[in-house]
Amino acid sequence: MSDLIEPNDEDELAEAIAQAVSSQVPVEICGAGSKRDIGRPLQTAARLTTENLTGITLYEPSELVLSARAGTPLSDIEDALAANNQELAFEPVDLGPMLGQGADLGTIGAVFASNLSGSRRIQIGAARDHFLGMRAVSGRGEVFKSGGRVMKNVTGYDLCRGVAGSWGTLAVMSEVTMKVLPKAQATATLIFLGLTDQVAVDAMCAAMGTPFEVSGAVHLHKDFAKQLVDSEIMRRPSSVTALRLENFKTSLDYRVGRLTDSLSAYGKIIELDDAASQDFWAGMRTLSFLEGSDNPVWRISTAPGNGAKLVSALAKRLDCRASYDWSGGLIWLQTAPTSDAGASEIRRVVAEIGGYANLIRADAGLRATVDVFQPLSPGVAELTVKLKESFDPSGVLNPGRMYLGI
Amino acid sequence: MSGLAVLEPDQEVISRRDQLIRGLRELVPPESVVADEDGRRAFETDALTAYKQMPLAAVLPTTTEQISRVLKFCKANAIKVIARGAGTSLCGGALPSEDSIVLGVSKMNAVLDINYENRAARVQTGITNIEISNAVSPNGFFYAPDPSSQLACTLAGNLAMNSGGAHCLKYGVTTNNVLGLKIVLMDGEIIDIGGDELDASGYDLLGLIIGSEGQFGIITEATVRILRSAEGARPMLMGFSSSEAAGKCVSAIIGSGIIPVAIEFMDKPAIHVCEEFAKAGYPLDAEALLIIEVEGSEEEIEDRLGAIQEIAKPYKPSGVKVSQSAAESAAIWLGRKSAFGAVGRISDYYCMDGVIPLGKLSEVLTEISNICERHKLRVANIFHAGDGNLHPLILYHANDHAEMERAELCGAEVLELCVEVGGCLTGEHGVGVEKRELMTKQFTQIDLEHQMRIKTIFDPEWLLNPAKVFPLNIHHTV
Repeated sequence: MSDLIEPNDEDELAEAIAQAVSSQVPVEICGAGSKRDIGRPLQTAARLTTENLTGITLYEPSELVLSARAGTPLSDIEDALAANNQELAFEPVDLGPMLGQGADLGTIGAVFASNLSGSRRIQIGAARDHFLGMRAVSGRGEVFKSGGRVMKNVTGYDLCRGVAGSWGTLAVMSEVTMKVLPKAQATATLIFLGLTDQVAVDAMCAAMGTPFEVSGAVHLHKDFAKQLVDSEIMRRPSSVTALRLENFKTSLDYRVGRLTDSLSAYGKIIELDDAASQDFWAGMRTLSFLEGSDNPVWRISTAPGNGAKLVSALAKRLDCRASYDWSGGLIWLQTAPTSDAGASEIRRVVAEIGGYANLIRADAGLRATVDVFQPLSPGVAELTVKLKESFDPSGVLNPGRMYLGI
Repeated sequence: MSGLAVLEPDQEVISRRDQLIRGLRELVPPESVVADEDGRRAFETDALTAYKQMPLAAVLPTTTEQISRVLKFCKANAIKVIARGAGTSLCGGALPSEDSIVLGVSKMNAVLDINYENRAARVQTGITNIEISNAVSPNGFFYAPDPSSQLACTLAGNLAMNSGGAHCLKYGVTTNNVLGLKIVLMDGEIIDIGGDELDASGYDLLGLIIGSEGQFGIITEATVRILRSAEGARPMLMGFSSSEAAGKCVSAIIGSGIIPVAIEFMDKPAIHVCEEFAKAGYPLDAEALLIIEVEGSEEEIEDRLGAIQEIAKPYKPSGVKVSQSAAESAAIWLGRKSAFGAVGRISDYYCMDGVIPLGKLSEVLTEISNICERHKLRVANIFHAGDGNLHPLILYHANDHAEMERAELCGAEVLELCVEVGGCLTGEHGVGVEKRELMTKQFTQIDLEHQMRIKTIFDPEWLLNPAKVFPLNIHHTV
């Protein structure tokens, strides 16, 4: 068992990191720990959690801004926003359930540390695009800040984005500030049944190229789809392609009609109403179709138009099953539990077609032997090493979580 | 001009000028090296014209490989390098020094690939901002960031400054609209960051490089997001009897759940100058004006503008005018987008770029008036109200040395005020030389050290666009 460090405020956090530096004891950095099983396994003598750094410190609905201490549960933030009909528009996916950890456990700091975005990312941007400001403690044990509470800010370098997606390897955030947006009044979903992957990707890309502001474009393998779509609609197993429209009620019917017309060549379209839509997209947010299995899961990012081609190339060599988000640009790929979970084949195909593949679900043994995060090109690797040394010269923050030796 | 502190120029480099220029000429086509005095003069300043420094030469390569060779040569010869797009920086971001060369990407302006399926375009960075939209508009697409200088400014400059524009309330700024880039580092190494996928793995180098003010490397290519244009868009005008009422109206609109694609604010002096120029029908008796634009189908636009007028009622708008035609819309936007030029017709001005929380608008505008009065200067305020980005234009006479110094002091006080109320020094123009000494108002020494260390990673000798962004007394101290 590692020692647990639970700072109660930013000063204690800075002190704890400074202590780790002076004693040269690396520390695992966690929020609530719901994503501890992502990344290379850590063997640190101590674990630090930001769970005691809680509370919303600023919320101005009419300025679309919210600040909270990093350990604040995401669910608290979403509740506060919902009370004002607002939300985090990038709808962070909840990886807890598919990792066997349960839903709604994550903290807001971890959302930004892992740059997790959901289906709406294709329209509105990622977590990092909504990240306005932070206070953090670097691996030097020093408190620093970047950005602020205003929507536009180019004062100095953009360290918020530098720290977003760095999985606690550069700094421990103590407070984060984010852009929030109004919730749409109403949601509708257009569904196609039984499209092949390539036709589905074509249809999704066509939909994204319309002016109707499609805010979700996903395509699920038939085995995945049955967990998200009612058997009333899907009488026999088939793939599901879903397109989401969100808007004012007065606009929604019009947009549903226009989008249906423009996509009719791709097949029969079924419309889900607001309630059924909410259920469907909630399922996408928790990736419920990946629950109940221990098989490895990869998260592959590529140009949307290449999604089906990439999966098709993989399927020739691998026993795998895919669901597509982001109009084909994000692939959740479940593979058979082979010795490398398909890593060499996946990385070969990704190198050929473009993009990257990260191993999200796998047992610790596999994560210790396979590159969990996409290996870096030499130039980028060199910059990555130097950035790590710059923020965390003693290597005390989550050492090796992303890359061996970094 | 007032006394801009400069780094001590490297006399040794200056003394070798002829030899260095011969060396540069071996690396690029002969016409790409501008060394004569008249030619160089075009590069001695940018849109912050108060400051001028003649560079050793300007080099305008035509390929990424040439840029790589030039940077390697400059590193070997300890020559400072000032990156330049079109030279429209308002913060002196492209101001050279006597011991530097200006390295411009203006000859690299091709569209390399457009992929509508992926909604992405790969371009060389010397392309102007508007040319990206022009290249994809026949297919109904556009590139979203739209700085007022978009007819002239290059993508390279937009990337360096993380530029915004009037429509970024809905569509985000440059960093939200770029997927990948090709950058040449000071040692000549060419690196591809990101690609055409939606997000990159590993550290967000893309996010760090965008907005680094030309201090990390020379970006020669970028893959940008292109978006399908809305079916239509139409602005409306509303006048108010006070800036406070206009500010409250903006809060009420956003609080209601409507996010217009743009909300622009002008105060009375700005209204008058812009109306004189654009004849757009701005209400001349109003103390404040909002230009609000919404997008969608005709019915949606009608519906949304109607809802906004309902929300605005308690704030007693006057001179409400909804654009009825493309020509009226163009005139309304011409007034706003030409605001700087229009003010420039009547006076020299110093353009500020602070950002404030919207709720502080009234308080800040009152205090700006007080500050300007104390310095005996006039001011016109233009404001991206939806996102809090304030552009006070402080009017002065450039040939009156004392007045110019007062304008600079006045500007500094205005920006300090923005920081005090919870905002920041610059929302879209960048720090450059103009605001570097104010950085300590917003950041601690430790904050700045965390930033400067990243500069040192990319450029250990601080040869790339040095003497910008950070106060000179801590320049290159990590």
